[in-house]
Amino acid sequence: MDWTPYLAGAGIGILSWIAFLLSNKPLGCSTAFTRTSGMIERIFRGKKTDEKPYYQKFAPVVDWEWMLVAGVFLGAFAASLLVGGFAFEWVPTLFGETFGYDTGLRLAVALVGGILMGLGSRWAGGCTSGHGISGTLQLAISSWIAVVVFFVSGIVTAFLLYGVLW
Amino acid sequence: MFEHLHENNRLQLLIGFLIGCCFGGLLSISGVTEYNVILGQLLLTDFTVIKVMLAAVVVGMIGIYAMKERGMVELHPKPGSIGTTVIGGIIFGMGFAILGYCPGTVAGAVGHGSLDALFGGVTGILIGAGIFAAAYPTLNEKILSKGPFHSMTIPDYLRINPWYIIIPLCILIGGFLTGLEYFGL
Repeated sequence: MDWTPYLAGAGIGILSWIAFLLSNKPLGCSTAFTRTSGMIERIFRGKKTDEKPYYQKFAPVVDWEWMLVAGVFLGAFAASLLVGGFAFEWVPTLFGETFGYDTGLRLAVALVGGILMGLGSRWAGGCTSGHGISGTLQLAISSWIAVVVFFVSGIVTAFLLYGVLW
Repeated sequence: MFEHLHENNRLQLLIGFLIGCCFGGLLSISGVTEYNVILGQLLLTDFTVIKVMLAAVVVGMIGIYAMKERGMVELHPKPGSIGTTVIGGIIFGMGFAILGYCPGTVAGAVGHGSLDALFGGVTGILIGAGIFAAAYPTLNEKILSKGPFHSMTIPDYLRINPWYIIIPLCILIGGFLTGLEYFGL
């Protein structure tokens, strides 16, 4: 058997200890996108952006979680160079083999999926890391419900998309 | 503990960045920053995502609750409701399957060169987060507050010592993972 997923998972568990201890924060990623979205909106709408109630809760500034997501990018980049696996890719193989290696189609699908992901993660108040790992390990009721719904909805959508049932 | 450190904002940004680098490295090495692995999980052909998450939950949970008992850390569970958690979760799941990344793994995928994650995924998530921010006042009034959960954590709800949940849960997760390996999944 391959121990890699378990060792990586255990490492993420230990990182969550460190985050709670040193920063008093759970690991999470989706608010960084809200803040960035606000920063971009501010370029076009200026100070009016800050008046939006949601940006008063999550101000469009670089904070701890924003730096965490920037770190995820750099860490994955470094790991893929060191361990191997870095490659520019427009269409993932599973998608390409099923729907064809059409860059435009993949980008359109990814964009639609991304919009739903951005909307859904903020709607649910967390993502696979904030609810799925940090919330469940605190035994939060909202997070256990969220992660079950994420996967049930994800599995149903994936089965429909890939036509598994027909 | 470490209150002075918590208040040092600039140092916190550095700590967040360093923790993020390790997080990204671990996500990437485990394979979960790949579309094929995430879709494999949702199509129930590759269980890497669940293995990583459950291992993180077991290790994290034991450590966090042990430290909490000693007054070293505070919990930060999020409140929820049917309108927030269930409806948001359904939309999230659809996005999860269609995009094939989540907000953390999309950043990692960009890191190892996935251009669909950058131009489709990150752009889409930013638009989606912007739509939510714009719709928030209306949603908050009409949907998000529906059916609130009255307790924050499972031990609070059941009014029992958290270890009565943690220990059986770890055994259950251990059994489930052993089962996955036994069946070669």
